[in-house]
Amino acid sequence: MIMIFGIPGPLLFGQLLLGLINGAFYAMLSLGLAVIFGMLNIINFAHGALFMMGAFCSWMLLNYLGIGYFPALILAPLIIGAFGIVLEKTLISRLYKLDHLYGLLLTFGLALVIEGLFRNAYGSSGLPYRIPQVLTGATDLGFMFMPNYRGWVVLCAAVVCFATWAIIEKTSLGATLRAATENAPLVQAFGVNVPRLITLTYGGGIALAAFAGVLAAPIYSVNPNMGTNFINTVFAVVVIGGMGSILGSIVTGFALGVVEGLTKVFYPQASATVVFVVMVIILLTRPRGLFGKAA
Amino acid sequence: MFGFSRAQTIAFLVMVALIVVCPFILYPVFLMRVLCIALFACAFNLMIGYVGLLSFGHAAFFGMGSYVAAWTIKFWHVDASIAIVLGGATGALLGLCLGYLAIRRSGIYFAMITLALAQMVYFFCLEAPFTGGEDGIQQVPRGKLFGFIDLSNDMTMYCLVAGVFLGGFLLIHRIIHSPFGQVLKGIRENEPRATSLGYRTDDYKLIAFVLSSMLAGVAGGTKALVFGIATLTDVHYATSGEVVLTTLLGGLGTVFGPAMGALVIVTMENYLAQFGAWVTVTQGVIFIVCVLAFRRGIVGEIGGRLKINL
Repeated sequence: MIMIFGIPGPLLFGQLLLGLINGAFYAMLSLGLAVIFGMLNIINFAHGALFMMGAFCSWMLLNYLGIGYFPALILAPLIIGAFGIVLEKTLISRLYKLDHLYGLLLTFGLALVIEGLFRNAYGSSGLPYRIPQVLTGATDLGFMFMPNYRGWVVLCAAVVCFATWAIIEKTSLGATLRAATENAPLVQAFGVNVPRLITLTYGGGIALAAFAGVLAAPIYSVNPNMGTNFINTVFAVVVIGGMGSILGSIVTGFALGVVEGLTKVFYPQASATVVFVVMVIILLTRPRGLFGKAA
Repeated sequence: MFGFSRAQTIAFLVMVALIVVCPFILYPVFLMRVLCIALFACAFNLMIGYVGLLSFGHAAFFGMGSYVAAWTIKFWHVDASIAIVLGGATGALLGLCLGYLAIRRSGIYFAMITLALAQMVYFFCLEAPFTGGEDGIQQVPRGKLFGFIDLSNDMTMYCLVAGVFLGGFLLIHRIIHSPFGQVLKGIRENEPRATSLGYRTDDYKLIAFVLSSMLAGVAGGTKALVFGIATLTDVHYATSGEVVLTTLLGGLGTVFGPAMGALVIVTMENYLAQFGAWVTVTQGVIFIVCVLAFRRGIVGEIGGRLKINL
């Protein structure tokens, strides 16, 4: 057996993979938060709840309609994204002229309502969601066994993150979006429907969260608290990365997942707090965040 | 009196009258919970209402104050007054550490940082041996006040809690109306200008944060004595959310709003407790309604209608 720093190789790599998976979720969620923050100037506290809804949506599709995992991977983000658009149109859009803190309070309230309703309907013990047949089993990578589904999650997350980055940085739609983030009235003067752009951005960010939710469903049991457990850490990730850059949120998300995984190997007691400790260090040395622009 | 306006003096006297009369009509333990949450919300209001910083981590100070008061009175058999003071001191010390980090950013980031730091405190409490983990510290005796007043009687305890609340309330009022409080309001309105006038705004914000967290610690410590228990619920972020809701419902930045909010929220929780998660749903709905239609809160609306500052 290979030993690295006195730790058995498979254990180290196993935890690294787990870290990478958590990192994949951090990346997808903080990416959505950053995109929404850029356009709407609100921090979406309901992000965790909508992530949870994504997981529940895939569970419902399977159990009520018999629709399997792969169609759900497309359908659930569309459904929850549409739900997000309804939320933006009916509630959030009323707050753009007010202090940003009201947006935070409103979305926090939304999160409470959504989680409360799901807890009433499904309890908080969690529902099982099976890994699809094709992705069961494990592959021998030579230095460790990798469960196929976990590899799939990391791959999917990387592809989706890269696609989001490419849309925002490389397409003309993305260019309009970035311009509207910088100066919305000017872009509107050029004939772009900025309110619709804002709505679509919110829907897109939510769809990303829901996609992450579907990926998470087979790994963590589907339960109403799964979003909250993640989102508090994701906020720390956002503070560390700063919300200035798309690539920044992706890199920070993955990196912190790996740091968390490594901490589990070397000092397990600290694994729940290590992200927060990193946040403290960043606040002391670089308060704007690693990739943040000046306020 | 204490810089109260005439309308505020009347409102204050009404509040004191209610505090005196209510225990003869209503269940004292329920009222003690209202007063503890009211003090907690007043402390939180000091930050959001007068410095303009939304802290989403005040449960850390409330909960740690609660743990320390419970631990010292149960295992060191200290006097009840000392336990509450130690709760407050813990809140202040923790507030100094977390505040030093959090005031580096403002607005939305401040909210996220305080939330994350409080989450760190929560995980610490989950792991640390002295908190009793999931069980918490149970069967905490109320002890004696100044060595000779037995607090096991609910009415005696009520007098102490009412005294602590009124003391904290008047202290906050004094702080707001002092020159220091005026500078805080100046920072809230226009920070660069306050800086250019020569004020070290970071110091002012940090002192306000420490005062606020100290009073939150006092509220937590008092709560631990009343109910004889300190648990993870007190440090959980849901408690942070609850205090935000309480203050928002009563009226952000009003003097009497937090107390009013505490009365409404605790009453609501009392009646809805049997319906499980509906409490959460109701809280969420109140949040949404407040933000969309009712931003001044109950007391703010009343004051606005009557054109007075309450």
